[in-house]
Amino acid sequence: MEKAGSNSSENGTPPRASCPHWLLAELTYKCPLQCPYCSNPVEIARYQKELTTEDWVRVLREAREMGAVQLGFSGGEPLVRRDLEEMIAEGRRLGYYSNLITSGVGMDEARVQRFKEAGLDHIQISFQASNEELNNFLGGTKSFQHKMEMARLVKKYEYPMVLNIVLHRMNIDQIRDILDMTVALQADYVELASTQYYGWSRVNVDQLLPTREQLENAEQVAREYQLRMEGRMKVIYVIPDYFANRPKRCMDGWGQVFLTVTPDGTALPCHAAGQLPLEFPNVREHSIPWIWNESPGFQHFRGLDWMQEPCRSCPERFKDLGGCRCQAFMLTGDAAATDPVCDKSPNHQRLLEDVERIGRIARSGDTQAKPLLFRNMRNSKELMQESKALLPPSKHRPGPGATPA
Amino acid sequence: MTLEARSVPRFTPTFRLQWEQAQDCFVILYPEGMVKLSGSAGEILKRCDGERTVSGIIGELRRSFPTVESLGSDVTLFLEEAHGKGWIQFV
Repeated sequence: MEKAGSNSSENGTPPRASCPHWLLAELTYKCPLQCPYCSNPVEIARYQKELTTEDWVRVLREAREMGAVQLGFSGGEPLVRRDLEEMIAEGRRLGYYSNLITSGVGMDEARVQRFKEAGLDHIQISFQASNEELNNFLGGTKSFQHKMEMARLVKKYEYPMVLNIVLHRMNIDQIRDILDMTVALQADYVELASTQYYGWSRVNVDQLLPTREQLENAEQVAREYQLRMEGRMKVIYVIPDYFANRPKRCMDGWGQVFLTVTPDGTALPCHAAGQLPLEFPNVREHSIPWIWNESPGFQHFRGLDWMQEPCRSCPERFKDLGGCRCQAFMLTGDAAATDPVCDKSPNHQRLLEDVERIGRIARSGDTQAKPLLFRNMRNSKELMQESKALLPPSKHRPGPGATPA
Repeated sequence: MTLEARSVPRFTPTFRLQWEQAQDCFVILYPEGMVKLSGSAGEILKRCDGERTVSGIIGELRRSFPTVESLGSDVTLFLEEAHGKGWIQFV
């Protein structure tokens, strides 16, 4: 995505909002898969009252009028919504470039064809692994063969093909097999996305975080395929930031480019931001222009004025914008703290120690010590119960994965 | 490939070329991404329709922008670059 540019407020003027570029429509948190690294909030069971088709059409229209051009239909599994075709058609009519981000489960050839007719631009299919057994285990569903079939249909109907594979300790050593599979399926783009530890993956971090050795190998293989496939298949490899010394430029700036709307209509500057101790507006009550330009939630971390030391006087603050607010909150309890991934953060050492601790678990091979917690509504309810039992009542209670590192 | 005057470029259907009012320019859209185009790049690409030849496109642009110098070589260079990026194909 072309940078929209950050709006510094160093000179004391209030931070000015650009326009949203990217609208991520999380249509539902229902999903036939149960991936234990899902980036959805652990509180998915709470999101029962979903937006109607009419609500979504209004959101699409208002965001487009402001200049949004990329539209992602996501979830959960967006295919669960039977009105998806209708929303795709509306997105096309409004001039969006629309991306369907899916597991492929809930799709068949007739539906792929209807999506094409409705004007869908691109289908991104996720794979959990390159072998059937592990794929089906991680997804908690027999889905591998169906995904292969759907990937072939994406090609047949001349969509650009993006395959997404989330990498973690349990599949990262198969990166070569994974890339060979994507080559065989003739993918145009491959996203090898290292698990980011939010939501469910934070709960399962002890079992998912790869070791340094695994990462070094994966990076080397990814680079090899990047060179070999140049001009034919674009390989995007995202390193997990727990192993970095500088934080990521999260979302290209708070309230600068991205607008996420959750199934119940909550508008967020990023899909993980719902866990932060802030009030976020709902599209049922407010217009998109008000939400983007005026709402306190979207203003909160816009610009650089919110920063504390060591960010505040750091020469690199324009580059990384202080890193990720969710990560800062999860690991320190303070959403305005420096992202602990940064080695200038006073909490960096604690993060390193935690990575070391998890590394020892990984090397011991003891995967049974704590079983994976799969992402489903039952586990979501249990986690919410547990967090209620553990923490004092608070409106802004962090999720159960939010214990400091 | 070498570009010839009678080559016929067509905009690749897996990309989308469209005018964006908010950006005040033509943009190329692709999965999760966007490239903003300069005015001249937009003028060239919108003529890559799989029917006009390279010399036809240059001729048309010369009539529309008679004061631009070295227009022919600029167009050729840009088309080669666009082909390298996969934005156009030759039919």
